[in-house]
Formats: sequence, C-alpha cells, structure tokens
Amino acid sequence: MADLTELYQQTIVEHNRAPRNFRRLDQPTHHAAGDNPLCGDRIDLQLRLEGGVIKEIGFQGSGCAISQASASLMTAAVLGKSPTEAEGLFRAFHDMVTGGADAPADPAVLGKLAAFAGVKQFPARVKCANLAWHTLHAALAAEAAPISTE
Amino acid sequence: MSHSAWDVARVRRDFPILATQVHGKPLVYLDNGATSQKPRAVIDAVSRFYQSGNANVHRGVYALSESATAAYEGTRSKLRRFLNAREDREIIYVRGTTEAVNLVASSFGRLKVKAGDEILVSALEHHSNIVPWQILAERSGAALKVIPMNRAGELELGRYEQLLTPRTRIVAVAHISNSLGTVNPIKDMAALAHARGVPILVDGAQGAPHLVLDVQDLDCDFYTVSGHKMFGPTGIGILYGKAEHLEAMPPYQGGGDMIRSVTFEKTTYAPIPAKFEAGTPHIAGVVGLGAAVDYLSGVDRAAALRHEQDLLQYATTRLGTVPGLTVVGTAREKASVISFVLDGIHAHDVGTIVDQSGVAIRTGHHCTQPVMEFFGVAATARASFAFYNTRDEVDVLVEALQGVRKVFG
Repeated sequence: MADLTELYQQTIVEHNRAPRNFRRLDQPTHHAAGDNPLCGDRIDLQLRLEGGVIKEIGFQGSGCAISQASASLMTAAVLGKSPTEAEGLFRAFHDMVTGGADAPADPAVLGKLAAFAGVKQFPARVKCANLAWHTLHAALAAEAAPISTE
Repeated sequence: MSHSAWDVARVRRDFPILATQVHGKPLVYLDNGATSQKPRAVIDAVSRFYQSGNANVHRGVYALSESATAAYEGTRSKLRRFLNAREDREIIYVRGTTEAVNLVASSFGRLKVKAGDEILVSALEHHSNIVPWQILAERSGAALKVIPMNRAGELELGRYEQLLTPRTRIVAVAHISNSLGTVNPIKDMAALAHARGVPILVDGAQGAPHLVLDVQDLDCDFYTVSGHKMFGPTGIGILYGKAEHLEAMPPYQGGGDMIRSVTFEKTTYAPIPAKFEAGTPHIAGVVGLGAAVDYLSGVDRAAALRHEQDLLQYATTRLGTVPGLTVVGTAREKASVISFVLDGIHAHDVGTIVDQSGVAIRTGHHCTQPVMEFFGVAATARASFAFYNTRDEVDVLVEALQGVRKVFG
C-alpha cells in the first residue's frame, strides 16, 4: 500500500503552505505558463537569465499541494544554476517521479527535490509534480528559438 | 437506522464489486455520478449473451439471429415502459447521453436552426450539453443563450421565461445537475417552452438513476439516458424523442441498417428508429441495459429514493462538522449529489488522501467548468450516492476528510 506520508512529505506540505519565490519579477527575460485545465493547476513562471545563470526566478499559481510545492522547490533548486544544469535537474526529477530510472534517486543530485520520490506510487499525480518543470523547460526553450523580441 | 422498507444490506449483495477492497480497506464507492456499479443480473446477462446468444441483429434468418433481434427489440419495449414513452419507435439506441445530445444538435439543428436563431441552455449544464450546441451555433450562425442560476445552484425561471424569444429554436437542460445535484423543474420548463412553440431536450444522464421517469408527464420533446449511470453497461444509452420530431429529422449517420434501399443515384431511409441506428449496434450493451431495467423494475424505486434522500441529508449534516468544509450547490430540490471544497486544500489532494481509506469520490471540475467559474472554485470534491450506499459509508468519508486536515497539519 502506498503511504500517504510518502506523498505528502513534510517538505511538500510546508512549501505548499508557504511557497518560496512566489512573486512576479520586474524584468524577466523568460516566462511561460503551465496549465493543467483538467486538474485546475496553473503556474506562471518568470525568470531572469544573466551571465549564463538563472539570476532571479519567481512563480505565481494555484492548484493542488503537489503542483504548488513542486513549483516552489523547483525555483529554489534552479536559482543560480545554468539552463543546462536546470535541464539536468529536470531529467533527474522526471526519472524519479515516473520511476523511469533504474537507479534510485540520488540525494546528492536532487537535494530537497527528493521529497517527491513518493509521487511515483501515485501515477495520477505525476503530472501535478511535473507541471512546474515542463513550464521551466518551455520558458528556457523560448530563448533557443530563432525568434527575438529584443 | 432504517427510515423505510429499504433493505440496503440485501441490495448491496446484488452488486459484487461492493464486497471488494481498495488499499486493504472495504471499497466505499461514492462516485455514482460518474458511473454506477453493476448488479450481478446485468453482468450475467452480458456474459450469457456472448456465451450463448451472440449473433447480429436484423440480418440473419437463422434462429440465433432471430433471438438476438428479439432481445434487442424486446429491450426497446422495456425502455419504452421505463420512460413511459408512447411508442417503441421513439426509443433510439445510442452510445450514451453525449451521443444523444450530439444526434439532436446535429440532426434537429440541420432541420430547424438557422443564422440569427437562438439555442437556450442553462448555467449548470455538463459540457456534453454545451459543446454540441456551440458547434451547431458556429456552423449555423445561431446564438447560444444561457439561463442563469442563483447562488444555491437553482435556475432563475423568471430569466428563463424572458430568454424564450420568437428566435429560440430549442431548449437543452439537465434534469439533474451532475456537479450540484440540483433537480430542475422540467415539467414547468417544458410548459413554458411549449407555450412559445419551442421544443425542449432534457439531459437525463443523472435523472434516470434516481427518478421514476415519465416523459409524457414531463412532456419533454427529447430525453437522453446513459446506460452505465443507471446500473447498465458502458457504451449504451437512449435518445427518446417524440415521433413527430424524429420522423422529420434527417439521418445523423449513414450506413447499414438505416436504409430502405440504396443505389448510387438515390438512397431512401428506413423509418424510425432504424433511421438513427446505422451500423451494427452495441447488442450486448442493449441486452445488459435491458437487464438493468429489469433489475430496477424489481426494486421499490420510491423506497430507494427515500433512502438516497436520507443519505443526502445525513451526509450534508455530517460534512458540516468537518472544519473548513463548504458545500457547493444548496438547491432546495436536490438529488443525492454533494459537491464540496475544503478551505485551502485542493480537491485532488482530498481525493488522493480519502482514496487511501478506500473512499472513491470524484475530484475536479466534473465537466462543468462554467459551474466552477460561477462559484469561484477551480475544482470540487463530489460524493454522489446510489441506493446501495449507507450511512456507515458516509461516516467513513467524514473520518477520511478529517484525516486530510491532519496531513496538512
């Protein structure tokens, strides 16, 4: 039997109650919106890339505890990282919550994000945990696209 | 605890799944609004059909095909009696209420709805009674109008009357709201529509499982039924339509079984109901639906409804004791459906947590996004009761909801 306390880890409950970086940025260089209309989970993500690293990041949103805590923990995890490092974390996170990786989650890589390891026992909730990360991926990909508004 | 002659323990034994466990706990199935469970009689009828009765209908001259056809058409008569329609040919087999609404929107729409006309739906409709009409409106240039509701989730009949104009071509309204439980005053609404010469379609997806139906008394022009919500199989449902409408309407789909004769120059169509039943139908589904109607005929529906209403009142009172819980949908006339939100906790978290106690409830927008928007919520949790549910199961739900608070500290 899947254990509820594995899904709703103290870290997750706490980040849902008091999300980090829950704000709009003054001068974002990248942004994207994540929307799971069937669930009602929404995330508006903004970040400022400067000197090759994510210098500032903020989100606003509403939805279930898993989606909002995931966005909060993600913003904390990728702050100061390069886009490549952030994408690497995304892959590690994705493997952890989908059970896609044979090896267990590496706490050295994932840090506090390991709190989401229990999600893989709740397949219906994987998309809640992943929403923020897909939104980050979309925000970062916009830069690589051959369209600039500058 | 018995308030009627309803013997719920005996009824529960008719539904094998109710004796199963989830996460090591007895299943507490409170998602009947999404689909009902099946009595053994239905399961056995479908199984028996495939084991010893299977053949195509309306085709063969051999005994097996004749008996399959007899079962198929015999069920049509049962459904006519179930709905108290005038004639068997007013019963059209479809996949479910969604297809039934699409059939009418497409076919009746092609016949009657033109640019500048109006289609009237209500604020509490399921998406399946909105989107087909939107498609028709887009195609025809007609306008979609909406009967508003009040904060209790009751339709505003005064506004409804004003919205019935000389341009209104059809009214489409739910018998019972799937997300709020509101029972709409269909008989009055039909009379108001007819006073202006406007036909009315009633989405009976949630009506058939709870209420004894009489389409002649309601005087609706169309009534849609979903088999799987009334203890029958999935993939089979009914469109009831007054013969005068069905006869005038063009075919919905072309194919075998719906024709009288075909040449490359000209095809003539079969009379109703065959005109609307192109292709090999869901014969086993029809047989199962017939068994569901037989099952319902064998129970005291009035006592079943009293039991459901007792559950509704008991659950409403008990849920009121959960801190931070608000019921969404407080109409005076309600079926045994309760939507609710927990302050600061998303419905999906609620659903996942109570599932660990074996409790199956629906969480989300219930295919009624406009209703959610009206009440200013992203999603609700919904407990929907059938006549086989018990007060003890309400208690399990309430205890599980108190556990939700504990998880979130």
